[in-house]
Amino acid sequence: MIRVSALTRTFTVAAGFLRPKRLLHAVNGVDLAIDRGDVLGIVGESGCGKSTLARMLLGLIPPTSGSIAIDGQDLSRLSRLKLARRLQPVFQDPYSSLNPRRSIASIVALPLEVHGIGTTTERRRRAIDMLERVGLPARHAASTPGQLSGGQRQRVAIARALVMQPEVVICDEPTSALDVSVQAQILNLLLDLRRDFDLTYVFISHNLAVVEHVATRVAVMYLGKVVEEADTADLFRNPRHPYTRALLASVLTPEPGLGLPETGLGLAFPDPINPPPGCTFHPRCPQRMANCSLQVPTPLKDAGGLVACHLYPASPSPRPLPSLQTSSIRTSS
Amino acid sequence: MRPLPPGPPGTPPRAAPAAADVVLDVDGLDVDIATGQGTLHAVRDLTFQARRGETLCIVGESGCGKSMTSLAIMGLLPRAARRRARRLAFLGEDLAAATERRVNALRGSRMAMIFQEPMTALNPAYTIGNQLMEPYLHHRGGHADEARTRAIDLLEKVGIASAAQRLGQYPHQLSGGLRQRVMIAMALMCGPELLIADEPSTALDVTIQAQILRLLAQLQRELGIAMVLITHDLGVVARIADRVAVMYAGEIVEHGAASEIFAMPHHPYTRGLLDCIPVPGRTAPGGRLGTIAGVVPSLVGELKGCAFRDRCRHAQPACAQTIPVLGAPPGQRWRCILEALPATVAAEPA
Amino acid sequence: MPGSTRVSALPEVAVILPEDLPRSRLPGRIRRNTALLVGGGLLLLILLVALLAPWLSPHDPYAQDLVNRTAPPVWMNRGSWLHPLGTDPLGRDYLSRLLYGARISLLIGISVAIISGLIGTTMGLLAGYFGGRTDMLVSFLVTTRLSMPVILVALATVALVGGSLWVVILVLGLLKWDRFAVVMRSATQQVRSLDYVAAAQSAGASTPRILLGEVLPNVMPHLIVVATLEAASAILLEAALSFLGLGVQPPLPSWGLMISEAKAYMFFSFWLIAIPGTALAVLIFAINLCGDGLHDLLSPEGRS
Repeated sequence: MIRVSALTRTFTVAAGFLRPKRLLHAVNGVDLAIDRGDVLGIVGESGCGKSTLARMLLGLIPPTSGSIAIDGQDLSRLSRLKLARRLQPVFQDPYSSLNPRRSIASIVALPLEVHGIGTTTERRRRAIDMLERVGLPARHAASTPGQLSGGQRQRVAIARALVMQPEVVICDEPTSALDVSVQAQILNLLLDLRRDFDLTYVFISHNLAVVEHVATRVAVMYLGKVVEEADTADLFRNPRHPYTRALLASVLTPEPGLGLPETGLGLAFPDPINPPPGCTFHPRCPQRMANCSLQVPTPLKDAGGLVACHLYPASPSPRPLPSLQTSSIRTSS
Repeated sequence: MRPLPPGPPGTPPRAAPAAADVVLDVDGLDVDIATGQGTLHAVRDLTFQARRGETLCIVGESGCGKSMTSLAIMGLLPRAARRRARRLAFLGEDLAAATERRVNALRGSRMAMIFQEPMTALNPAYTIGNQLMEPYLHHRGGHADEARTRAIDLLEKVGIASAAQRLGQYPHQLSGGLRQRVMIAMALMCGPELLIADEPSTALDVTIQAQILRLLAQLQRELGIAMVLITHDLGVVARIADRVAVMYAGEIVEHGAASEIFAMPHHPYTRGLLDCIPVPGRTAPGGRLGTIAGVVPSLVGELKGCAFRDRCRHAQPACAQTIPVLGAPPGQRWRCILEALPATVAAEPA
Repeated sequence: MPGSTRVSALPEVAVILPEDLPRSRLPGRIRRNTALLVGGGLLLLILLVALLAPWLSPHDPYAQDLVNRTAPPVWMNRGSWLHPLGTDPLGRDYLSRLLYGARISLLIGISVAIISGLIGTTMGLLAGYFGGRTDMLVSFLVTTRLSMPVILVALATVALVGGSLWVVILVLGLLKWDRFAVVMRSATQQVRSLDYVAAAQSAGASTPRILLGEVLPNVMPHLIVVATLEAASAILLEAALSFLGLGVQPPLPSWGLMISEAKAYMFFSFWLIAIPGTALAVLIFAINLCGDGLHDLLSPEGRS
């Protein structure tokens, strides 16, 4: 349904007063396919480009190159209004995603107003219905966001996203800013609404436990590229890319006695302005080989999904690969 | 589904600390803040101890008072807040009665604190070296050379290579993880006996978080310090804590050894929290997560009875009266009228 | 009872406060805000007096009572209740001139604030919202404008075109938009980065709708504060221009003009200069106090 092809987005960054500007490759060649009814989880840490990807999917920023197509139509050719009817966002920060000067009924009715749907009374009616659907009784309709808690505000954001019955909802870390008990409520709500409205989600998060719970497929991003993609169960059962393994190992589940994991990643940290040559993960990779710093790995697409790593070469190479070094290499930056 | 592997030989669960030295003794701590609508009881009747070589985790959600607790212990409360305690002692010395001068002498040297935001906890106008050496020079006196040597030692201890070069760098030249390591090194400069870490890994990436926590655990073992780690993340608690104190609405509602609390929680809030968390391999994907209905009550004005009763599945009329603190050996305590929680019921709809 | 979680001004600590309704708390906050009460009260008084000038003034401000020239105010000897604040050298009643002068000052303050506000806010909003070239252009214009000394430009213009009330208003309005532009630009930049603007864009809202419906209401506090400060500044500028003879022309009872006309008599009939001077000072004081109070009132709420 949504096809992302070779999507890139670069930003020019000022590096200092007299120094030339640098290029930041926030998204660096991403291919994704999202089918109707999927919940695609996108995981990654800071600097991986997932937020930039979300904004491009929403049409808020144009790609530098590559394309996004929804049901075959290029996103850049769709009018702003048509796109809005199909794709809506839920953002991370419940405190900045609602206009503090509007009542929540008017916030939820805004998309209807923009599209000129119905009369003022009809719009209000629909907004209040949607608010009740997400668990906010009608008596809150006249409140301003400042009077609501974080969880309630996030419900308003969800109501606003769904009031026009879009097909796809892009959730950018929707529960990261919420307490655990509230997070559970919001996740339950999102799953219920997906069933009721037959929605497709793109669920961006850094919390792997949450992603494992809600997503059907998962794409792992690192420094602007997708390094691995698979069905959720497959990814968690059998992670292939060393970064995915490290990420999964870092998940701290509330199970005492398991101790703290050793991820073997070393101290190097990803610098999007100065990405390492070859495979951008190689300075931190515990399974680094000789050619990892020389060649960018070609993604291998197979039944299990996608993985971009020299451990899984995309095509048979003419000469034998160097032997695998599996000992933990602690690198320092 | 199989549970997540524990990874290559990592930290094994700790044995009970050899010496039962109590480094921090808190008994009946109260923090009140005067607001326009009345007195806000941010922290109510808190009692716990931090022992040498042991990690105590204070866990709770936002607004439970855990950060206030750490500020109260360090004497860093905002001016509008008032602190009272039956006993607040550091290595036997009464902190509540100590002069500001004495508390200043202890703070940063024998009692150290690490904060949540590595981006803002370091002063951007001074080099790392400067900030590292400052507490040492201030508290211990001595030459800049001594301080420098110690700074380099500690930077290496926290895993930062080329430490000597790092001394001349500014905070903005380091990543979040490195800054947090520098903060830890700073806290250790004067050889503290108590380390309070307020959400030390929350603002960091997941992979860095694991590293920082490992570092803290390792340092604690090596140096034998008492650590009080404040967090909202039960996963962190499970992996690093020896003892756990669960806070809700300003009170400790459950307190005990980590293994026991996770295996058999006694307070409905603890159980509720554990049910909320999706665990890969245990919670059915796409299924309903447990929830805790309702919201945290207001802490302003007179509070009577259990603060959790409006949200508790097992609430009874007796919950509106003073709640007893029940206990079970060897050291688990909880604030509830129930001796034991009934067997798990199906999760309520949100 | 249900409460709401709100992050207070204390760092990294969420303090739970009972359900607070910013709108219904407003009367309470206004009551406690001394600056707003005093400043606002004074301002309201002056406004009222200016509006009711025709009914409050004992005489026509232009009528010359040549018998009673330079009469002292009633509290000095030789003063009388016929002219409670005395008369000027042409025998015009000072109280009446003072009251009508308030109209002129307020008219200037409000008009200049509106004109420069419109220009500066538009520029600031566009620069802050679009960034890039628009921002560069606006910054260039602001820098150019800042390099011009307002008084000299005003003097030159008036010298060319001739002074009158409307010329002064136009000149000042077309010159004093810089602070609006700068403040609105930075306020807009802050709001621009917030998610509710992105949400409005995602909903398909057009740029004018976003600027007027989402951005403007949230930068309003800053706008109001700058407007009060610029109004005060405009009033002072007009007084200065009139004092120099290049603002409002006689016989209009502008306070600046009254001060100018009185400077020759400063040591003999000091009330001629003291009365309009004090009135001017009080008005500026009231406006600034009001602006301070408004800033305090609106800033915790304006923190989004």
